[in-house]
Amino acid sequence: MRFGEVLLVAVLALPALGALAVAATPRDRAARAVGTVVAGLTLVAAALLFLGDRSWTTYAAGTPAVRPWHRLDLPWVPGLDLRFHLGVDGISWPLVVLTALLTLLCCAYTLWRVPDGGSGRALVALLLVVEVGILGTFLALDLVLFFVFFEVVLLPMYAIIAGWGGADRRRAAAKFALYTLLGSVLLLVGVFVVVAAAGTADVVALTGGTGLSRGTQLAAFTLLALAFAVKSPLWPLHSWLPDAHTQAPTVGSVVLAGVLLKMGTYGLIRIAVGVAPEGARWAAPVLGVLAVAAILVGSLVCLAQRELKRLIAYSSVGHMGFVLLGVATLTATGIQAALIGNVAHGVITGLLFFLAGAIKDRTHTGSLDELSGLRETAPRLAGLLGFAAVASLGLPGLAGFWGEAFAVVAAVEAGGALWTTLGVLAAVGGALTAAYLLRLLRRVTHGRPSPAVGRLAPGLAGVELVAWAPLVLLALAVGLAPTLVLGVAEAPVDALVEVLR
Amino acid sequence: MSVVQSVDNVALLPAYLAAGTAVLVLLADLLVARARVTLATAAVGATATALGAALVGAGDERRTFCVGPDCSYVFGGRAALVAAVVALLTLGVLALSGPLLRAGQSPTGEYCFLLACSMTGGVVLGAAGDLITLIVALETLTLPLYVLVGLRRGSLASAEAAVTFFVVSVVATTLTLLGAALLYAATGGLHLGRIGAILADRPDLLDLPLTTAAVALVVLGLAFKVAAVPFHAWAPATYDGAPLPVAAYLSTVSKLGGVVALLAVVQHALPADVTGPVLALLAVLTMTVGNLVALRQRRTVRLLAWSSVAQAGYILAPLGALALAAGRTDDARTAAYAAAVAYAVFFVVLELAAFAALVALRPAGADGGTVDDLRGAARRHPWRAAALGLALVGLAGLPPGLAGLFAKVTVVRSLLDGGAGWLAVVVAVNAVIGLAYYLRLTAALWAAPAGLPGTDAAPGVGSVGAPAVVPVRARTVGVVLAVATAAALVIGFAPQFVLDVAAR
Repeated sequence: MRFGEVLLVAVLALPALGALAVAATPRDRAARAVGTVVAGLTLVAAALLFLGDRSWTTYAAGTPAVRPWHRLDLPWVPGLDLRFHLGVDGISWPLVVLTALLTLLCCAYTLWRVPDGGSGRALVALLLVVEVGILGTFLALDLVLFFVFFEVVLLPMYAIIAGWGGADRRRAAAKFALYTLLGSVLLLVGVFVVVAAAGTADVVALTGGTGLSRGTQLAAFTLLALAFAVKSPLWPLHSWLPDAHTQAPTVGSVVLAGVLLKMGTYGLIRIAVGVAPEGARWAAPVLGVLAVAAILVGSLVCLAQRELKRLIAYSSVGHMGFVLLGVATLTATGIQAALIGNVAHGVITGLLFFLAGAIKDRTHTGSLDELSGLRETAPRLAGLLGFAAVASLGLPGLAGFWGEAFAVVAAVEAGGALWTTLGVLAAVGGALTAAYLLRLLRRVTHGRPSPAVGRLAPGLAGVELVAWAPLVLLALAVGLAPTLVLGVAEAPVDALVEVLR
Repeated sequence: MSVVQSVDNVALLPAYLAAGTAVLVLLADLLVARARVTLATAAVGATATALGAALVGAGDERRTFCVGPDCSYVFGGRAALVAAVVALLTLGVLALSGPLLRAGQSPTGEYCFLLACSMTGGVVLGAAGDLITLIVALETLTLPLYVLVGLRRGSLASAEAAVTFFVVSVVATTLTLLGAALLYAATGGLHLGRIGAILADRPDLLDLPLTTAAVALVVLGLAFKVAAVPFHAWAPATYDGAPLPVAAYLSTVSKLGGVVALLAVVQHALPADVTGPVLALLAVLTMTVGNLVALRQRRTVRLLAWSSVAQAGYILAPLGALALAAGRTDDARTAAYAAAVAYAVFFVVLELAAFAALVALRPAGADGGTVDDLRGAARRHPWRAAALGLALVGLAGLPPGLAGLFAKVTVVRSLLDGGAGWLAVVVAVNAVIGLAYYLRLTAALWAAPAGLPGTDAAPGVGSVGAPAVVPVRARTVGVVLAVATAAALVIGFAPQFVLDVAAR
């Protein structure tokens, strides 16, 4: 077995075995520590995937459009065209690292604070299982395997929300599970529409849509895009998201917003667009209109929102709208914008949910009416919240800027009345985003301290700093040097756009 | 033609073993009259039957009782699979019955004897090559169950369930027999392959109203046995009234028997272009109605009963692909039959695990109770509750119940290969409805027990949370639960094994 194959297996096997080890460790605190160590090792393995000889990944005519840095291809269930086929390339690697990082931060955070509802040991084990599912989804190069990993995430995440969530957790969790299952069963049908027509489930061979008739591509893209639209979520299929985010415990919200939503956008780029490019071209205007609708609706709802976590949840609808707009343009600029927007949203919204959780834990309220003057009593928390909000609204120099700006640029570049209008409307949405985030800051950090805020102690716990610092640094780093993401993604995106033509 | 037939006794070995088990159990009960010995005899017999079926099935297909090219008894790969699965399921149900029998609610000798008789029917069923053998085997499978359902002393529900089951089942058998008779009148054949060949040769026969009526009667009569909608109404009442292990037997072996019988006539005898649309409609109705009604159930066994109605719909779904011309090519047909058999195998393993866990979580000899009775069960019995959760999640078709996931994948794949995309979407949407109630039941296991603060449920009478109720401590139940769960996990990670066996 080569080094890269070992790494690929390790990235999945470490958290899977780690979950078992955590469940088997008798003492709660020790179990949480074991989980954190395992999540750390997974991050190391994920980061190491970058190593190795990538020179042969230069793209030339006649080579497949997906050329993974490392790959592992083993038979599993030949009767269902299911192969254990993993690979990593510039499109998936940033998301893999982001997933591993956020899981590690969440596990570390759990060392310090376990939300009410159940044992910390079970929570950490579930987090690791969710990690296996998400990483598997990003690494799978077999359609059926992709589907299997897509499904793995569902129930552990349900259990996290239902077990450790807020007052209305059961309803929110059930809504999450049913909605996303609806998405994944459509994915199942879409996958087998492709497999039945093409006779293979190999993503590498299928990318470019060779050998699929136009009718098949349209049907497949419709099913796949619907499936990923539920997960991303794309307006009007988003209504599970605000409830799930609001009710989930802090670590659940972070994983949910940070990486779980990315399974949808990643699937759209790698599977839906890659496998059925003709269908993508056909549906792109619809996708673009819906994405812009999501941006505008998300921002407007946020402007009227009175609950902190719900506001951040709805802001995800808007941000993912920018990502989907980028994908819908089907240009290199647009898809690059989508990829960096994905990563930026994961980092920034992860940080925002950590901060919202910290504020809610301290003040026992999330209502904007009862929160004000945070900077008077807890200046550090208020400063971090300000930083995250400003990053989220897309200030140049921070991570949020690149994805949103270039999604708009890509839409305008795509030309034509429709795309220009969409670009302009998206830019208006960007301004609205700034408006609601500044409103959030004005309400929460400025003014006289409310009774709930007045009791706060100014300090932050060490674990909080440890959990948040990497996200703050990443938001800065990706903002200042977007090439961290774009550098690795450039070649595979160009190859993908090449087959779209 | 010679009057004396040569009989291939090797092909009949599994049937001999099963029938011999029944006789031995009867003798053991008469002569030794100790419950433990009777149970052990039945268990050893069931094991021997399973082994015998596997051994005979490992070789080539064996035929016997032949008239010319048509044989009444064809022991091939599928017959071996059915026989082995039936015998193993019987063994599992026997082990689950330990607490029930020890509680003295049912007489051990009769119970084991009837179960062994029923097993004999199931073992022969898969090998049946003509309509009469098929119907006799199916009746041998069902007949003892009327008694078993009602065999709980002093239970009115049990007696009611037995009468419902008996009446409906007899009507269904009559319909099937009438259909078989009409089919004989129309074609002059009784052997499944012969009927199929005659109907294929002479398409004009299909224009006869008589033939259409015959085909419809046979299919509908068998649909009763699978509890397909609209012939399902008996199942929930019967399951709920029967003792838990018998309900487990009904929803696994009895359902498998119905599926095998239906598959045999559809595959070999009846024209696919007639049965296809009927089966597609039956499948859609069965899964949709089963799932929707299951949403409203409060009693555990009724919920499982309605869910197993819905599951029958998923089993029938691949056969619905025969409705379209694209689904009637040889490849697509073979794939559809294999998918139905594979789904049935995945299903019975998960269903047995679910019932075993339910038996383990309930007091000895009790019925299934309500969903609220299971609230908080995971706090007292984490392993048993986890096993039940795994089985339910598998039935819903989601990881970590990979066996159920691959079962659904198999069905959807065969449907899309047969060009029946619309039916695949129906199956997919039904999986979502199904998750709603499986999730409710699973979540109840981990919920705060009834009566504790923070729950809105009224305290259930005899709930698991109440200290007076002690769930069963039978070792055999634990073994069945462990084995069924392990089997579900193994076929979840290596589903190819099931797919290969089902395709033989």
